[in-house]
Amino acid sequence: MFIDIVVNNKKIRAKRGETILEALSSNGIKVPTLCRMEGLSPTGACRMCVVEIEGKAGLIPSCSYPIEEPLRIWTHSTRVIRARKMLVELLLSNHPDDCLYCIRNGNCELQDMAVELNVRERRISGEKTKANSDHSSPGIIRDPAKCILCGRCVRVCDEILQVSTLDIIKRGNKTAIATTMNKDLNFSSCINCGQCIMVCPTAALHEKTNFDIVQEMLSNTDIKVVVQYSPSVAVTLAEEFQLKPGKDHSGILNTALKRMGFDWVFDSAFGADIAIYEQSAELADRIINQENLPMFSSCCPGWIKYMEQSHPDMIDHVSTTKSPQQIVGSLIKRYFADKQGIPTEKIFSVSVMPCTAKKFEAQREEMTHKGVSDIDVVITTRELIKLIHLYGVDVASLDEDIADSPFNIRSSAAKLVAVSGGLAEGIARSLSFHLSGKELGELKISKLRNVKDYTEVEIKIGKQEIVIAAVNGLKNVTAVINDIREEKCKAHYIEVMACEGGCIMGGGQPFQKDDKILKSRIKAVYDSDDKESIRVAHKNSKMLDLYNEFLGEKLSEKCMKILHTRYSQREVLL
Amino acid sequence: MPEIDQILEKYPFVQPENLIPILQEIQDETGYLSQEAIVRVGRYLNVPTSKIYGLATFYNQFRFEEKAKFQIKICNGTSCHVKSNILIIKEIEKKLGIKLGEVTRDKMFSLEETSCMGACGYGPVISINDKFFTQMTVVKTIHLLDSYLYKEEK
Amino acid sequence: MANEYHNHKEILLNYIQSPLSEKTGNKISEIIAFIKREKVNQPIIGISLNSSSIIAGAYQLKDRILEYLQERDLNAEIIPLGALGVTSYEPVVTIQLPGKTKLIYKNVNDENIIAILDGTLNNFIPEDHVFAQVKNKLHEVWEQVPFLHEISFFQNQQRLLLSNCGIINPESIEEYISNGGYASYLKILRENTPAEVCQIIEQSNLKGRGGDGYPTGKKWKVALESPSDQKYLICNAGESDPGAFMERLLIESDPHKIVEGIAISAYAIGAQKAFIYIESEYNLAIERLQMAIQQAKAWGLLGHNIFESGYNLDIVVKRGAGAYVCGEETALISSLEGKRGKPRSKPPYPATRGLFGKPTVVNNVETLINVPVIIEKGVEWYNSVGTAESKGTKLFSVSGKVEFPGIIEVAMGTKLRDIIFRIAGGIAKGKKFKAVHIGGPSGGCLGENHLDTPIDFNSIMLTGTSLGSAGMVILDEDNCIIDTVKYFMDFLQKESCGVCIPCREGTRRMHEILENISKRPKDDQSHTTLQRFKGVMQLENLAEVLKDTSMCGLGRKAANPVLTSLKWFRSEYEDHIFDRRCEAGVCQELRTFEIDVDACTGCTLCARKCPSGAIYGTPKNAHFIVQDKCIGCGICYNTCKFSAIISK
Repeated sequence: MFIDIVVNNKKIRAKRGETILEALSSNGIKVPTLCRMEGLSPTGACRMCVVEIEGKAGLIPSCSYPIEEPLRIWTHSTRVIRARKMLVELLLSNHPDDCLYCIRNGNCELQDMAVELNVRERRISGEKTKANSDHSSPGIIRDPAKCILCGRCVRVCDEILQVSTLDIIKRGNKTAIATTMNKDLNFSSCINCGQCIMVCPTAALHEKTNFDIVQEMLSNTDIKVVVQYSPSVAVTLAEEFQLKPGKDHSGILNTALKRMGFDWVFDSAFGADIAIYEQSAELADRIINQENLPMFSSCCPGWIKYMEQSHPDMIDHVSTTKSPQQIVGSLIKRYFADKQGIPTEKIFSVSVMPCTAKKFEAQREEMTHKGVSDIDVVITTRELIKLIHLYGVDVASLDEDIADSPFNIRSSAAKLVAVSGGLAEGIARSLSFHLSGKELGELKISKLRNVKDYTEVEIKIGKQEIVIAAVNGLKNVTAVINDIREEKCKAHYIEVMACEGGCIMGGGQPFQKDDKILKSRIKAVYDSDDKESIRVAHKNSKMLDLYNEFLGEKLSEKCMKILHTRYSQREVLL
Repeated sequence: MPEIDQILEKYPFVQPENLIPILQEIQDETGYLSQEAIVRVGRYLNVPTSKIYGLATFYNQFRFEEKAKFQIKICNGTSCHVKSNILIIKEIEKKLGIKLGEVTRDKMFSLEETSCMGACGYGPVISINDKFFTQMTVVKTIHLLDSYLYKEEK
Repeated sequence: MANEYHNHKEILLNYIQSPLSEKTGNKISEIIAFIKREKVNQPIIGISLNSSSIIAGAYQLKDRILEYLQERDLNAEIIPLGALGVTSYEPVVTIQLPGKTKLIYKNVNDENIIAILDGTLNNFIPEDHVFAQVKNKLHEVWEQVPFLHEISFFQNQQRLLLSNCGIINPESIEEYISNGGYASYLKILRENTPAEVCQIIEQSNLKGRGGDGYPTGKKWKVALESPSDQKYLICNAGESDPGAFMERLLIESDPHKIVEGIAISAYAIGAQKAFIYIESEYNLAIERLQMAIQQAKAWGLLGHNIFESGYNLDIVVKRGAGAYVCGEETALISSLEGKRGKPRSKPPYPATRGLFGKPTVVNNVETLINVPVIIEKGVEWYNSVGTAESKGTKLFSVSGKVEFPGIIEVAMGTKLRDIIFRIAGGIAKGKKFKAVHIGGPSGGCLGENHLDTPIDFNSIMLTGTSLGSAGMVILDEDNCIIDTVKYFMDFLQKESCGVCIPCREGTRRMHEILENISKRPKDDQSHTTLQRFKGVMQLENLAEVLKDTSMCGLGRKAANPVLTSLKWFRSEYEDHIFDRRCEAGVCQELRTFEIDVDACTGCTLCARKCPSGAIYGTPKNAHFIVQDKCIGCGICYNTCKFSAIISK
């Protein structure tokens, strides 16, 4: 069960069969790693984690060596440090020297390793591999010249998302990361989820930024700049601006955005309420008519693109309701603009999202009206944080404010959309209302919280048993789709979130390794639901006003025109 | 792509370990691996095309462009190397205007180096479309290339 | 008439299973004598058909012989042969007339064969091409033809593994069996359990011939004792080592020995499926292997319940797709699983968890063919050959600047000097020996002061090189050590799998450092000399880290060529770095050119073509080259029509 090993002349108790690295981290000894990924099997590829073991000729990678017998280990001997330093120097010798101009300056693992190992001179120099960067995707930019071939992006795309867009190609010093036939991303099966960016140690993968145009528009007095932000954003700000963690800071965010010069600040959660309302109405219809069941959610653009390219036979099952972002976007240009008497070409619509796939969604043809995109620009949470710093806004000193009318009130169900299982919960609550006119006995559905892979819950609405399901992470959707094809699926509604954990862990969120902070984001969301008074979408008064004034009934013709979309098969290199 | 389907029929069990033999047969049959071939194989074996491409680019054997009319292969085994095959390589590069691994613009000639062909007693060795020429010298190379270029002109 | 033995399958199989005393029955020994060509009724013409000879035109030669016989309405049997061993003699033709010893001719082609046949078939030997006759007490001897076993190349070898090569028809299972083949296999099936076979091999001290020298019996035992429903034996014939061709010629010449070796080894570890991983380009070898496997199956030596022993075995040939790193066992396994040839961390070792997660033993071809020999000759005898810790014989492919390049087999412990000078005939064209590069990209260069090193795992390791795939390339005074090492580094950086940082980036940087010292950039000031020198110091640091941290043998041994050459040939490095001189004249950019004042006509052609403007002179007067500006490109040398430019 346990084995005693000696590390740096100190005795340590290790579990039999665990790797050296695991034993070291449970005893407070840190060893640098590069190719290691939490939750996935170690490969021992990068060799950064090597340690010296008595009796072994070479240095051994601690991440993949199981402890089966007593060992004497040195983790920071001269030989080991020299090896690690040389490995980093080798990486640096094939890396562009433009740290000061790089998007990851200050936040780069290669920089961190070079600092930790005290690299002070260019001892190794030589030819650097040249590669063209790929700007073809609206969400993600690939810059292979900065790639240090850790292989994490490939593993995330292949093992965690199971989309497998990227792979390692060629060999030797021509090794590179690329898509099939080395085509640009827009030809490939990439769904723009941005999870690869989240694991990339350098700037080899980063989001396509849109600072310039936002700044330009903000300083253009002719144009009215409108901004909306996703429910995930406000619970993520605490970590960056030294605010109280675990709290929803929408109030402060509203003030900050107004300070920066946005003419109107809207809450995308308003759109989330409409999305829940429309989707649950759609679902109710389908349940009554017993057609096109189960119904899939439609808010996650990564899931939508994946469905269109790999499982186009599921198109009829997907809800036609737009995502919250696009709902608010359409309403801004087709309702709000008119109401304010501003011509649409004078409105510049910005959306702040935790997601890079939203940049793709915004430029979809289906999301345009008369040739103009409803949303002009999507910026990620990371970009927003940089903008806030750029505009010198001292967030910690701000007072709270409310968002602007008419898109400013939200229920807590809308906030739940930020986490996996949350949308399903909101749908269940409003479905009950649509089908039976009554509220659910217990609004909080615990089974849909902290979803692991796939979960189903049975809810009694009137006399019916409705099965609501949630898929957490794209890789878990294939089994469900196969069940649907074999007519074995019992669910009525299936929420699909491509990113594990939901939007709160999206590809546009700040880089965060601290588990506590990640958990505090989720806590903030669940806390809102516990504490707030309006907990269902169909009780959002502002939303109901909008329906009365402009949209008509739920699923009315106007709703279908403005709030619903369509899908079509995509031909990409799968 | 009937040829590819015929090859795939020989592998009725969907086993990813058959990937290399399948790709080898396709290349033997059609001369190279086209994008269509990779997509077809991927669909059949339920393997993402990125993995197939990543696999194929790892190995020396696979190529992704059509073959040239005359493929010149020069043995780069150690024996031929120490017998100064570099002079032969440079001569061919000069005469055809391409470097190792490239194809002439008119797709007439391609030049690649191969591993030891096994005729170490007769080096340097080159082959053109699997016809072998041994104990090459710069002069012999010039004459050999001339004979092929002349044949083409006619 | 000569093919009547094809009907004697049963007889032959009984023959190899019967005890020695019964082997001399009348009918049986007649048949064997015919198959072994100790008795012949008509002329037998053997043509070597192997990769080497085919490149030299053996197929055209065969067609010509067939034509010749047809034209003259002559009866003679033509048989294909493997490689006798001296590759520069290919194509080799043997002619055996009834009652007389077999004659062997070298460098035969479709033109000189006529004279050879005209002569020999009429009992008259044309002098030029004959090089040996094979002594046999039943046959009458020819005058003035040396005996094969007395020729230095053959006399100083100990050919056990190569005993059939160039002698038997590789496409005939009958010939293999008549020469004792498959007897060991059937013996252990009858008499020994798998554990006992492992024990025999362990006691023989057979060590892996693939380069690592790990005790084979020990590896087998681990696999045998790992519980599993399925086990695999993999024969590693993926020799992609530049400069080693012995596995190729071996497989083409005696494929059945490999099948037998695999069969015994698979039995010993309890595997019922074996794979032969062989380079895709080895077309003829693959063909012959598949033929041998078919024949073995047809004769009941493979398949189900082999010879009522209850043992099943299926052997499948798998073509590699061209990657040197797939010679490493975990990379090979990865390739067989349909993936990129990435090596994996060990532990777990393949013998406990390998192909598809099952216990797998990967053995080199040469290791496997030792097995039937050990079973036949016995453990004691095997231990009497070789040195204290390296038993048995070793195959080498000898090539480069020697008189007789080829594949040879010597007892472990034989000195380098004997191999190079006695067997391979010394340096060709009267040049001087400079170095021998052993072991390919994982080996190194040894010079004159190492000629007395015995070849065995230990002694070679002490010199800093490794036996590797035992390719030996001999270099003479016209070869440059730096150039040879650069060639191997170039090979390694291309063949590296690219997974681990040290090998992927390190081999590239080492290659660049070597390039820097063998090239001459446009501006060559003294501080660049310092950089070149620093680069070479850096080589040693890089080499240490590569050795310490690489994932597999390719990276770990990648630095061997560099380190050994630095140790034993430091002066060449210094010449290149400080004096900018390549004595052998191989590093082209370090050449110096001078104009012969007497021969120069002043045509100004060279001056106009010079890319760096280093040639000065007035028309119709002798020109001269300013050394400081010359970059050694050699354009002037190629341009001059009067041979007035001398290269140094």
